[in-house]
Amino acid sequence: MANPTGIGVALRRKEDLRFVTGSGNYVADIQRPGMAVGVFLRSPHAHARIKKIDAKAALAMPGVERVFSGDDLKADGVGGLPCAWPVTGKNGAATKEPAHPALAQGKVRCVGDAVALVVADTLEQARAAAEAVVVDYDVLPAAVGVLDAIKPGAAAVFEDIPDNTCVDWELGDRYATDTAFKKAAHVARVSLVNNRLVGNPMEPRAVIAEYDRARGHYTMWTTSQFPHIVKLLMGNFVLNIPQHKLRVISPDVGGGFGVKQFHYAEEVAVTWAAAKVGRPVKWVCDRSEGFISDAHARDHVTEAELALDERGKFLGLRVSTIANMGGYLSTFGPNIPTNLYGPLLAGVYTTPAIYCEVKAVFTNTLPVDAYRGAGRPEATFVLERLVDVAAAEMGIDKAEIRRRNMIPLEAYPYQTPVMMQYDSGDPVGCLDRVLEAADWRGFAQRKEESSRRGKFRGIGLCTYVEACGLAPSRIAIRLGVRGGLFESATVRVHPTGHVTVLMGTHNHGQGHETTCAQIVSEKLGIPADNVEVVFGDTDKVQFGLGTYGSRSAAVGGSALAKASDKIIVKGKKIAAHMLEASDVDIEFKGGVFAVAGTDRKKTFADVALSAHFPADYPLEILEPGLEEQAFYDPVNFTFPCGAHVAEVEIDPETGSVELLSYVAVDDVGTVINPMIVEGQIHGGVAQGVGQALFEDCVYDQESGQLLSGSFMDYCMPRADNLPPMVVETHVTPCTHNALGVKGCGEVGTIASPATVINAVVDALSHLGVTHVDMPASPNRIWHIIQSAGAARK
Amino acid sequence: MKVDFKLNGKVVSLDVEPNELVSELVRERMGLTGTHVGCDTSQCGACVVHIDGVSVKSCTALAITLQGTSLTTIEGLAKGGALHPMQQAFHENHGLQCGFCTPGMIMSAVDFAQTHPKPTAEGVRRWLEGNICRCTGYQNIVASILAGTAAMHAVKGA
Amino acid sequence: MKTFEYHRPKSLADVGAMLAAAPEARVLAGGMTLIPALKLRLSAPTALVDLAGVADLRGIKVAEGAVTLGALTRHVEVERSAEIRNAIPVLAELAGGIGDPQVRNRGTIGGSVANNDPSADYPAAVLGLAASVKTNKRSIPADAFFTGMFETALATGEIVTSVSFPAPLAAAYEKFRSPASRYALVGVLVAKTKAGVRVAVTGAAPCVFRAKNMEAALSEKFAPDAIAGVRVPAQGLNSDLHGDAEYRAHLIRVLARRAVSRALAYSGKH
Repeated sequence: MANPTGIGVALRRKEDLRFVTGSGNYVADIQRPGMAVGVFLRSPHAHARIKKIDAKAALAMPGVERVFSGDDLKADGVGGLPCAWPVTGKNGAATKEPAHPALAQGKVRCVGDAVALVVADTLEQARAAAEAVVVDYDVLPAAVGVLDAIKPGAAAVFEDIPDNTCVDWELGDRYATDTAFKKAAHVARVSLVNNRLVGNPMEPRAVIAEYDRARGHYTMWTTSQFPHIVKLLMGNFVLNIPQHKLRVISPDVGGGFGVKQFHYAEEVAVTWAAAKVGRPVKWVCDRSEGFISDAHARDHVTEAELALDERGKFLGLRVSTIANMGGYLSTFGPNIPTNLYGPLLAGVYTTPAIYCEVKAVFTNTLPVDAYRGAGRPEATFVLERLVDVAAAEMGIDKAEIRRRNMIPLEAYPYQTPVMMQYDSGDPVGCLDRVLEAADWRGFAQRKEESSRRGKFRGIGLCTYVEACGLAPSRIAIRLGVRGGLFESATVRVHPTGHVTVLMGTHNHGQGHETTCAQIVSEKLGIPADNVEVVFGDTDKVQFGLGTYGSRSAAVGGSALAKASDKIIVKGKKIAAHMLEASDVDIEFKGGVFAVAGTDRKKTFADVALSAHFPADYPLEILEPGLEEQAFYDPVNFTFPCGAHVAEVEIDPETGSVELLSYVAVDDVGTVINPMIVEGQIHGGVAQGVGQALFEDCVYDQESGQLLSGSFMDYCMPRADNLPPMVVETHVTPCTHNALGVKGCGEVGTIASPATVINAVVDALSHLGVTHVDMPASPNRIWHIIQSAGAARK
Repeated sequence: MKVDFKLNGKVVSLDVEPNELVSELVRERMGLTGTHVGCDTSQCGACVVHIDGVSVKSCTALAITLQGTSLTTIEGLAKGGALHPMQQAFHENHGLQCGFCTPGMIMSAVDFAQTHPKPTAEGVRRWLEGNICRCTGYQNIVASILAGTAAMHAVKGA
Repeated sequence: MKTFEYHRPKSLADVGAMLAAAPEARVLAGGMTLIPALKLRLSAPTALVDLAGVADLRGIKVAEGAVTLGALTRHVEVERSAEIRNAIPVLAELAGGIGDPQVRNRGTIGGSVANNDPSADYPAAVLGLAASVKTNKRSIPADAFFTGMFETALATGEIVTSVSFPAPLAAAYEKFRSPASRYALVGVLVAKTKAGVRVAVTGAAPCVFRAKNMEAALSEKFAPDAIAGVRVPAQGLNSDLHGDAEYRAHLIRVLARRAVSRALAYSGKH
């Protein structure tokens, strides 16, 4: 009989009960005795010299403890925020890593740059005091957009960094690519913008820190996807706190999407301040502050061209991108538009020659870093827009041109010209299935029906590959990461056979509490209800790298499977002792240890009990206890892939785009919980649709003021913006991890921007429109229709 | 200033500041942290509670105006140990991921159910204009609310 | 938010006295605009005068071809009133599209009208339906009430007590929502009344206004194609991230035409 709580079951989530009853425990919910409140005073200018900070009036206000500035941090020897993943540029050039103080020192480099931290008894007092701090700024011209920032004479974000260039990076064989273009029968070109986004998890960031003077010990609660990394970076590189004297706790986290996988300035300033004032200090970001303090995302300007032969076979791909890093390097900043972007340009195609160059540029805007998909939606958008343009120009059906160029099932494992070796996948199978599920053939009829109602209907198709399961340490370290990217798990079996699992990954909505329990249930044959999963506390959990890059199941789950296997090995030894047999004769199945070929057996609970009551153990060969730990480092990335189709209808009178349908067929490897996988894809698609149709982080290009600084102006997708989605999986298991899982958290976000924009362009193609920038807002679409109409007249 | 009101069925009498929000009162003072605050422009809906049985954004209501009302937060929704049908529906239909928007979603959904005996998916989507979720793409929230509404009416009908 | 004194008067006379004593005070009705402004510290009054206790400000009256709404009438009450839906369907429909359900549960007509947000819906109804705004001092015709961005004819110490809408012969409201805020990027209310056709436009300019050239064209012939040739200049219209002035000018025409079509469909039913 199949395990009712094992792998493959749509088990309802274990974590739900506390969330539906309001008993979740988020950082902002935590109160500590004697706690003070911190408020950051932030720069209203994009670029300015700080001449003087006068806190005298603020300090005299009721309830105010202290006002700290960058000079205080400097005087105390506090370091800057480190970049964890610099990359190597052309000719071996190093990434420029300018100092990134937690509170601005000398200059502010973006609107929102933290200038001072006010600590007071209450929030209201701290806010009032922050308003009373007088900062004398010498406002400087700002470099805002990436194209402006690299123009001669642009304002220098850092005086000692020429051309505002952080790193000029390349990938692929330039010569082979140029040669391919010389042979081309046709070259398709696009120039496009990957619009800047703000991740906006619904829970704003928050930090609480306290210092136990008697123990010399710090505790910090933070809304983080990777508490161990924050502990390492902050303790070791910034505040000089010995690792055994710092505990970092990330309890329930209300969505991350990458935004919470960076080590932030507020973590440093609040922790440092807690020791200075001798009381716990709490900072809770409000949404408006989040817009000017969370790392932003995307923000590329790209020129790309695709060389094809006369039959539409891709011969070569050339991509040149300028990527915004913002005013400082965020934790993973330089890695996102390079290592997580260039290699993905191969897609699921056999393009033999690819060359990509990326210039990462400093500007006077918030730092830019990873956000769901991180580099891969950008790459997919470039590639899949190019393929559509090529198909239209060559008169080849959009599905057919893709099929002609896809890596066939039998060609796996497949080595691309840009670094990656794909272990498994069936892009043709995904394509066939999505065309069927979306009734691709019936589109003409539906378009006709829309057109009778005066609407323009369009259909869009996109395929993609994702490299996730971050990451094989030996490869990642070669690519610049300053650490490992393995994962860890501990399986602690209690005397009763109940199990506590300690995971190095985290959980912020992905349902890992449930999927991890399912892995253990499958492995150990016990009900998932008998498994408790613990995340996010560096004092409870062994070192782990956290949750991002769709790694939790592929890397964390593999560590958990490995730890569970160790439990079985030990369990067999115990069972052998109990059954007076040899451990090689013990079989373990369905939670029962049995002597092969006999009816002599012990349940998992029997063995667990014995492990804790070792009355007659042969101690020289058998230890008491039943707890195992595993560290797992993958041998390769995992490579989900798939094909998505969307249909849109445009009202030519208002320019509004309605997303009518969305069909996703994804190969995410083995599915542990189909309900959760489907939910992850829904959410991922919604965020990508957000980029395509709604979301846009806009700066005034002169002043560097953020114009879309709240939900009043930054358009978050709402329920009535989205259609019911159809999600299917088309599985080829990953060949290099024990569970066969690839990852599902980001696929939706990677495929959907290109899918939707391809549909929008298709709807407008009869007007001669070949590209539409994101977001395809009503205002933008109406103007495109107007100018297309004018051009035709 | 003193206000008397019912909080999750219990009579309370509190001194409140004129500038205190209902969200601040329940979270900071009453320790009912299920009511969340996800924005400062009254749009996200994570803070929705019921005042006199009607859904209200608690971040946009002054505590002092609670005088004589009955306030229900997410913590007061379930009666007698069992989940409220709407809570159960969110669990059954995977209507939540990170859980942060969930209390406000559920409180808003209960108001929807009370005022929409014959709901449609489009009606639910329109109703959710004031509740933002970043995780789910709303699909399973819509399914949860339809199921929860049906369950609430079934209970009433029984 | 900064602190303030809080008053909860029981009568209109007390309201008047309190406002006279504290001219810096703000009046609190549903709070849907005021409280967010207080939270963002955009407004920091010394005192709030909460109208909730003033019974005279409540009540819906439908009689003699008019709907009169007490200033504290909540949007949800208008949306769900069968009487209003019957007498002036456009009013119920417009109220049912204001903000989100939680805003409609708290927000009041008096607050909306007195605040005169450039992208609010009610000003379009008041102006388009030629309503009269009653205050604690006088009655102000719609055409004289809205004077500029967030500005009205209300004097210091004067508050809206009710709004009276004469029933039109036919009317419809068309709104195009700004994608992020969901406020009206442009909203157009077209009404055919005994006194002529009125076209009120909200969202497009710093203050709600009447499109008089459209009114003239529609007075000639109340049909969608009557305004096909009417020019709507972009000059003076709002431009923001979600719609520039040219786009707004275009939307005014599109929405007016759609409103006329719907108004005709309504009147056909009656």
